Amino acid sequence: MKSLISILLLMFTCHGLKANEAAPLAEDPVVEQRLIGISEEMRCLVCQNESLAGSRSDLANDLRAQIRTMIKAGKSDAEIRQYMVDRYGDFVLYRPPVKPTTWLLWLGPFTILLIGILGLFAYLRKRNTSIDSKTLSDDENRRLDALLNNVEAEFKKDPRP
Amino acid sequence: MKPRLLIPLILFLLLVIFLAVGLSRDPHEVPSPLIGKPAPTFEIVQLADPHKIFSPESMKGQVWMLNVWASWCVACREEHPLLMDFSKTKTLPIIGLDYKDQRPAAIQMLAREGNPYTFIAFDGDGHVGIDYGVYGVPETYIIDKAGVIRYKNIGPITPEILREKITPLIAELNQS
Amino acid sequence: MIPELGHYALILAFCIALVQGVLPLFGAQQGRREWLVLARPAAQTVFCLLVFAFGSLAWSFYVNDFSVLYVAEHSNTLLPTVYRLGAVWGGHEGSLLLWLLLLSTWTFLVAQLSKSLDEFMVARVIGVLGLVSSGLLLFVLATSNPFERLLPAAQEGRSLNPLLQDPGLVFHPPMLYMGYVGFSVAFAFAIASLLSNRLDAAWARWSRPWTTAAWIFLTLGIALGSWWAYYELGWGGWWFWDPVENASFIPWLVGTALLHSLAVTEKRGVFKSWTVLLAITAFSLSLLGTFLVRSGVLTSVHAFATDPKRGIFILIFLSLVVGSSLTLYAIRAPKRAMGAQFTLTARETMILLGNVFLVTSAASVLLGTLYPLLIDALNLGKISVGPPYFNAVFVPIMIPLLVLMGIGPWTSWKNTNLLSVLKRLWIAALLAVLAAVLIPVVMGEFTWLASLGFLLAFWIIGSGIQQVFRQFKTGKPTRSFIGMQFAHLGIAIFVIGVTMVGAYQEERDVKMSSGDTVSVGGYQIQMQGISAVAGPNYQATRGTFEVSRKGKLETILYPEKRNYVASTMPMTEAAINAGLTRDIYVSLGEALPDQSWAVRVYYKPFVDWIWGGCLLMAIGGIIAMSDKRYRTKLRAKYEA
Repeated sequence: MKSLISILLLMFTCHGLKANEAAPLAEDPVVEQRLIGISEEMRCLVCQNESLAGSRSDLANDLRAQIRTMIKAGKSDAEIRQYMVDRYGDFVLYRPPVKPTTWLLWLGPFTILLIGILGLFAYLRKRNTSIDSKTLSDDENRRLDALLNNVEAEFKKDPRP
Repeated sequence: MKPRLLIPLILFLLLVIFLAVGLSRDPHEVPSPLIGKPAPTFEIVQLADPHKIFSPESMKGQVWMLNVWASWCVACREEHPLLMDFSKTKTLPIIGLDYKDQRPAAIQMLAREGNPYTFIAFDGDGHVGIDYGVYGVPETYIIDKAGVIRYKNIGPITPEILREKITPLIAELNQS
Repeated sequence: MIPELGHYALILAFCIALVQGVLPLFGAQQGRREWLVLARPAAQTVFCLLVFAFGSLAWSFYVNDFSVLYVAEHSNTLLPTVYRLGAVWGGHEGSLLLWLLLLSTWTFLVAQLSKSLDEFMVARVIGVLGLVSSGLLLFVLATSNPFERLLPAAQEGRSLNPLLQDPGLVFHPPMLYMGYVGFSVAFAFAIASLLSNRLDAAWARWSRPWTTAAWIFLTLGIALGSWWAYYELGWGGWWFWDPVENASFIPWLVGTALLHSLAVTEKRGVFKSWTVLLAITAFSLSLLGTFLVRSGVLTSVHAFATDPKRGIFILIFLSLVVGSSLTLYAIRAPKRAMGAQFTLTARETMILLGNVFLVTSAASVLLGTLYPLLIDALNLGKISVGPPYFNAVFVPIMIPLLVLMGIGPWTSWKNTNLLSVLKRLWIAALLAVLAAVLIPVVMGEFTWLASLGFLLAFWIIGSGIQQVFRQFKTGKPTRSFIGMQFAHLGIAIFVIGVTMVGAYQEERDVKMSSGDTVSVGGYQIQMQGISAVAGPNYQATRGTFEVSRKGKLETILYPEKRNYVASTMPMTEAAINAGLTRDIYVSLGEALPDQSWAVRVYYKPFVDWIWGGCLLMAIGGIIAMSDKRYRTKLRAKYEA
């Protein structure tokens, strides 16, 4: 009997000792995930070096609360973004919208890459025709390579002059 | 000299020109997208009398100024004397939007420093502020007779801005 | 007294730097030996004077001399001594003095280690460095004097931003500046060779070790900054595409291109014109970065206190230095391609292609960083360009480069049978595909992006392993080869770290009281309690958290929320348990009304591989630099 009581006591105390699983800070983790996703791509107007997700300024807290309300009301991401842009302008978006004033921004990198690659190959083609090609014959090339290899090997064995 | 070799230099000079212009700009200032758009509607209680409502609709037909302020805002205190003087000229009605403030503190500040406002709307939770794109008090809007926002000033109004931008604009709007 | 001496040292340094800049260059132009030989002693003198000037500023900090305005603004008697050293470069004036000190150090080293270099070349290189130094000295004396007095002296200083009271602060800026400023040497060599109208491979051979050294410092400096932000800022981010971060990253990208280009120019005598342009560009970008950080033109968390007058001065300086260099380039750069032929599949082409990717990515980051300014200057409104843009643009450009990294080292000079090279790499390809498929499965979630990351990283690793095996068959590998393997491996490790953290990190934002547990990444973290702790210049609330895994206690973490005496903002000191395969990161948030605390915990797999990769890159650079071709003693013997 005593052992049964001790076992029961042990079970209960162990259960009591088993720590509580911490509750998530947010009321609704799903809404919170969406909030983070949206606000991460927005700029805090007050602490302009932080995203709306990370900033702890008053305005950021207010705006996040507002976005949370809108998410719960079923608004889409695009609608929420539009809401913010209507009030604060494009400045609030970290992902610049694609419009005529940002075409250069969005198309620029790939245009530069294209120009670079095409330019490279055009240059190489021109180069190979414009260089005075006094090339050695295959046989001469081989002899030259052998000579050079010999010199390299000698140097590796004994670098002293 | 191959003209192609000048490309780096030309690009660089263009860059310098933009940087030079950039030196005269303030990258922190966020211009308002509401300029030229109707002033967002709202209906909130007044500071002095919580039973009375204020709404921008009531100002239609006049040119008016909306000044966003708070008793906790240091820069607002700098701006206050200028607003007091300006209100005495009776150029146009100045409506205050008391942003995220405590009633007693706000009333106390006005009692101490003077009240330039015709009406004061009390925006306790800041929702009206968000609709107006307020991000740092004080901010001031000039709204025309049709209820369209024509100008926004971010930060305290200085005598220069009052003289060079605001007063001429008010005169212009009054004529139409 | 000492601050005044420091000030006089700066004035004297300016005069001598002017001499160092003007006379040797004219001397080389007109063949006047008596002016040429002034170069080295002038450089040595400027160095000594700047060491003294910097030392006197450091001394003023050490003894808490609050009659010096800069010290009063950036220090405090409660500031621990070691952070007083860091505070010397915590503000605009002091960091500029550090810039100057390091520039004179590089110049001094060039003066000392160039005994076997042609004296006209030495004179020109030191001369160019002298002109740059004198320009900056003028800037400091005219607008940013660190020795300005505050009279009457303050009783107590304003103290340092608590974020900067960290060992990382002591090392990050000097490392970064050593790199930034170090590109001035390659720049000076490039200008010198343009001036002498002698664009031979010797210039490239001389520039290489200096450029590698600068690149190593810059790599470490950027990595340190990233790591510092990670553990100091409390939310686990390690890169924000902030304008000032970009300002250091863009020269790094161009510097990497320059490193590879110099190798080709030295070995094959080709691309001379392109390499010269890269050398000019790398340092120009360093100067541009200096401008961006101090002019107030961009919003950044790193930006120093701004002043339009300073901005104008730096812009004029920048325009003169870069403008004249690019003009000289346009006039003197070789008009016709020189050197041997090579085909479209040769190693020369591969390296040039790699250059294209690197320079394009640099240009893209620059475009994104400056775009808001561009739009504003054209009165087209205000926009923001943030991480979503940079990630969307940078990553796709890097992908082909990573693929190229596996192929390039296999190609031969002049011509390659590309098909046979690709066929040999089937082993690396197989390894890559296996990694791309298996690792996500092991980690528990498959995403295409993660898979791609592993594919590219293991492609590079596989190719590297194959290269090492082949090399051991043909003979002892050179240090150049070993260095390259380390550096490329470093990139692969970096990519693995980024991919792992990006795809598989876990975060929990919870409310905790004593006894509560939160699970993350297979670990259980239990809060034991909260206590109050006092530090040398702060009061803190410290949490105690036990971290266990499968029931076994692994470590105890003590995150803090600190209130510094001289600051109103509370600082979060995250507690991190770092490991080879993961970091456990605990950060205290706010106290909640019901006596519990908001706590954020992270499980970050392989995050330390990000900076580990950078370290490997730097090690690769060091090994490559120690290649016997660059050991001067050996060369002296050989050339004797």
